[in-house]
Amino acid sequence: MQKMKLVVVGNGMAGMRVVEELLKISPDLYDITVFGDEPYPNYNRIMLSPVLANEQTINDIILNTREWYAENNITLYTSARINKIDRKNRLVIAEDGTTAEYDRLLLATGSKPFMLPITGANLDGVIGYRDIKDTDEMIATAKTHQHAVVIGGGLLGLEAANGLKIQGMDVTVIHRNEWLLERQLDKTAGKMLQKSLETKGLKFQLNQNTKEITGKNGRVSNVHFADGTDLPADLVVMAVGIRPNFALAESAGIYCNKGIVVNDTMQTYDPRVYAVGECVAHRGISYGLVAPLFEMAKVCANHLANFGIGLYKGSVTSTKLKVTGVDLFSAGDFRSGAEAGDEEREEIVLHDAVGGVYKKLVIKDDKIIGSVLYGDTADGAWYFQMLRDNKPIHEIRDSLMFGQDSLGNTGHQGNDKAAAMTNEMEVCGCNGVCKGTIVKAIQDQGLFTIDDVKKQTKAGSSCGSCVGLVEQILASTLGGGYAPPSTSKAICGCSDLNHEQVREEIRSKKYLNIPDAIKGMTWRTPNGCATCRPALNYYLLSTWPHEAVDDPQSRFINERVHANIQKDGTYSVIPRMYGGVTTPDQLRKIADVADKYAVPMVKVTGGQRIDLLGVKKEDLVDMWKDLDMPSGYAYAKGIRTVKTCVGSEFCRFGTQDSTGLGIKIEKAFDHMWAPHKVKFAVSGCPRNCAESGIKDVGIIGVDSGWELYVGGNGGIKTEVAQFLCKVKTAEEVLEYSGAFIQIYREEARYLDRTVHWIERVGLDYVKKRVIEDTEGRKAAYERLLYALQGAVNPWAERVQNREKHKEFETITV
Amino acid sequence: MSNWVKVAPFEEIPRLGARVVRTKNKDESELEIGVFRLEDDRIFAINNKCPHKAGPLSQGIVYGDKVACPMHSWKISLIDGKADEPDVGETACFNTKVEDGFVYLELKA
Repeated sequence: MQKMKLVVVGNGMAGMRVVEELLKISPDLYDITVFGDEPYPNYNRIMLSPVLANEQTINDIILNTREWYAENNITLYTSARINKIDRKNRLVIAEDGTTAEYDRLLLATGSKPFMLPITGANLDGVIGYRDIKDTDEMIATAKTHQHAVVIGGGLLGLEAANGLKIQGMDVTVIHRNEWLLERQLDKTAGKMLQKSLETKGLKFQLNQNTKEITGKNGRVSNVHFADGTDLPADLVVMAVGIRPNFALAESAGIYCNKGIVVNDTMQTYDPRVYAVGECVAHRGISYGLVAPLFEMAKVCANHLANFGIGLYKGSVTSTKLKVTGVDLFSAGDFRSGAEAGDEEREEIVLHDAVGGVYKKLVIKDDKIIGSVLYGDTADGAWYFQMLRDNKPIHEIRDSLMFGQDSLGNTGHQGNDKAAAMTNEMEVCGCNGVCKGTIVKAIQDQGLFTIDDVKKQTKAGSSCGSCVGLVEQILASTLGGGYAPPSTSKAICGCSDLNHEQVREEIRSKKYLNIPDAIKGMTWRTPNGCATCRPALNYYLLSTWPHEAVDDPQSRFINERVHANIQKDGTYSVIPRMYGGVTTPDQLRKIADVADKYAVPMVKVTGGQRIDLLGVKKEDLVDMWKDLDMPSGYAYAKGIRTVKTCVGSEFCRFGTQDSTGLGIKIEKAFDHMWAPHKVKFAVSGCPRNCAESGIKDVGIIGVDSGWELYVGGNGGIKTEVAQFLCKVKTAEEVLEYSGAFIQIYREEARYLDRTVHWIERVGLDYVKKRVIEDTEGRKAAYERLLYALQGAVNPWAERVQNREKHKEFETITV
Repeated sequence: MSNWVKVAPFEEIPRLGARVVRTKNKDESELEIGVFRLEDDRIFAINNKCPHKAGPLSQGIVYGDKVACPMHSWKISLIDGKADEPDVGETACFNTKVEDGFVYLELKA
C-alpha cells in the first residue's frame, strides 16, 4: 500500500518533536518531507544562550543530526524557505522552486523577533536574537567592537546581555518598565536580580524608551532615547518580544488571528493542515516557551497517527533564567491581591535581602496560583506541580514555604540541593550516576523529561529516591524548557491511557483477562510490556475478584514462584509466623529443613520471622512440603507482616493485647494482594515498640482503645504515619483498617505505597471515606473480606499439584 | 556438525514464559539455557545469563519478542540476544525447532 505523504514546514523543535512522537507510535504511516529555512538540522534553540555564554558549542546543541533524518527515511531540505502553499493541488513550493505534495501538512513556522518600528532599525548591527545566525553575529561583533545595547529586559534580553558581557563587550540593557522581567517577577525579586547582574558588570537603564537609532556608513553608531540622552552602540540587540510567524499560512488562505488558529487537536481550519509551536494561536494564546510545544506535539502526533485521542487544552507555563549564578523561578499569576484587584488572594513571603533569597507564593481558594522564587529555586518544580494540579494546600500550609523536604533521603549523603553539587558528586546511589553525567546527557542528547533521563542515564530508574534531585538538575539545566511531568501520566509506552483511565475501562467494560483488556483498550503492543502487564493483572484481580483470571506470566518472578529471587538466582523462603509468634515445634522444623537442604544462611528478618536464604528453585516445593507452614508472602505486592510487641499479656507497661490483635489482623488479611507491599504493626502502649509510626497501618493501644495511623513508610524515604482515628474495640480496628486498605487497593496506582496514594488524594479524602461515611466503610470492609474468601496457601497448593507447576523443574539434557 | 537434543513437550513451555534447560559445555562446565515461548508459539533459546550481572533471564517477564531480566530490568531480545538501548551487551542464542510436539535445541557441537 502506498504510504501517505506528510510535509512539515519548519525544521525546528516543535515540528521535529511531532515527527519524533509520530515515529514512536506509527513509524510506517507516512513518507515524511521536512523543509527548514536555516542551513542546520534541528537544534535546541533554548540552548543558544549557553552557546553565547561560551558554555556550549553549536555542535552540542544539535538535536537531530542529518544521519537521524536519513535513518528514519525523512527527506530533509535545509536553507529551503517555503513561500507558497497550493491547497487545491496539495502542494508546497519553496523559494528555489522545489515542490512537495502532501496528504497532511504540518506548519511549524515558529516566530520571529519583533523589531521596534523606529528610524535606524534596518542599519547593519541591529539584530534580533533568534537563531544560530544571530548568535554567530553577536560572537563575531564582540571580537571587533566594544559597545552593545540590548533593548528589552525580558528573559531573552538578559540572556543576550549576559552572553555579550562574557564575550567581552560593554553592555547596557534598556528597559521600559520600572524593574526587570516584569512578566516573570514582582518588583522585589526584579530589583534583587538587577543588583546581582550589576555585580557581573551589566548596566541598566530602566523606565527608558528608545526613540531612534543612528549610524555611520550604514552601520549603527548610537542609540537615542526619549529623555534626550544617547549611548554609543556598535551592536543593538532587540529583544522586545516575539511574533508568531504566520504569513505563509495566511497567504494560503488559512484562518489566522495573531497566529495560525488551531483547535484542541492542533488542526487548522483546513482539516488536512495541522500547526504546532510558536506560530499558532490556540484559544487565543500563542506560547513562546518550549514546554507547551511538546504538549502540543504529543497531541498532534496522536491525531496524525489516526489514533484520535488526546486534546491540547492549553498550558500553564513556568520560567527560569539561564544565567549562570542567578537562580530564579516563576510560574502562574504572582501578582498580589492589591495589584490584581482581587481581595481573595493571600501571600506567603520569605525575604532574606542579605542572603539573597526571596520566595513568594500567591494563594487563592486554598490553592497556589503563582510563585516567584529568587536565590533558592530548589522547590520551583514542586510548587509548579501543585499549581498545575490545583492541589489544596491547607494540610501542608504551615511548612509549605520550607520546601518539599523530600530529598534528605537515604543513599545520597543528605545532598538535597542540585545547584550546590559538584559534577563529581553521586546522584543515583543505585546505579552510580553522578551529576556531571546527567548534565552532559541532558545537553548532548537533548533530553527534556525525567523519563528520558532515566532511560539514557539510569539515574532514578531503580529505587527512585533520587528522582527529585534528578528533576532539579533537569530543571536547572534546561531552564524554561523544563516541563514537569503531568501527574496523570500514561501507564507505560504501550498506551496513552493513565492508571485511572485503565481502571475505569476495566470496571466499565468488565475485562476479565489481559488479552481482552489489551485488545479492548487498543494497546500499541501485542502483549504489553514488563511495566504494564503486572499492573493490568493487579487491576483485573482487584476489580473483579473471583472472576478475573490471574496470569502468572504477567507477574514478577517472586510472585510467580512465591519466593524471593536473590542476586545469584537462588531464592529465599520465609514462612508466616502470625504476629511474630512461633513455637519450639516450628523452630525445630525450620532447623531440620535448613539442615536437610543445606541452606547457606538463616536470618531473622525485620518483620519478626525467619528467612532461609540461598535455596535452589528446584528445591522449593520439597522444602515447602517439609516445612508445612504457610507462605509469609515476603515477596508480594500484598500483605507482608503484622509486627507486634509483647503487649499486656507479659509487658508490665502494656495496656492492650497487641500480640493477639496482630495475629487476628494477619489471619484476617492473609493472602491479600495490593498495589504495593503492605505492612502493619500493633503496639500495646504509646512506647510503640512495634514501630507503628512507620507502617502502612500502625496501631497503638491506649488505655481506652486503639489509635490508628496510616501512610507510614520506613523505606527509601522515611514517612511518619498520620493519625487517622481512635476506636474502642479490636473488631473496629479490623473494620476501619480493612476499609482503609480496601479503598487503597481499589483506587491507588499500581506500585503506589499507601503514603504515595494519600499524598495524592489527601488525608481529608481518606477520613471522609473511612470515618465519616459509615455505610461506605462497612461496604468496603465487606468487599475486602469477599475478595479474600477461599484464598489458599500458595505453597500447599503447589505441593499438592506439582503436575500443574512444571516451572519448578529444571530440564536436564 | 549439528547436535539437536530433545528438550520437552511443547505444551510444557508456558506461553509468554520459559523453562530452564541445564546441560554441560564441552569442557564439562555447567550451562543453563532459557527456552522461551512467545505469544504466537514461536520458540527461542538464549543463554540464561543476562549480559549485565548474569541474572537468570528465564525468570523474567516475556513480552513481544523480548524478556525483561528479573534483576535490573535490562530488556534482552530473544531473537538476537542483544540488550535494548541504552544498555549494551549480548547473550548467546541457540537454534530451536518443534517436531512431533517436542521442542528441540541445537547445542554447539
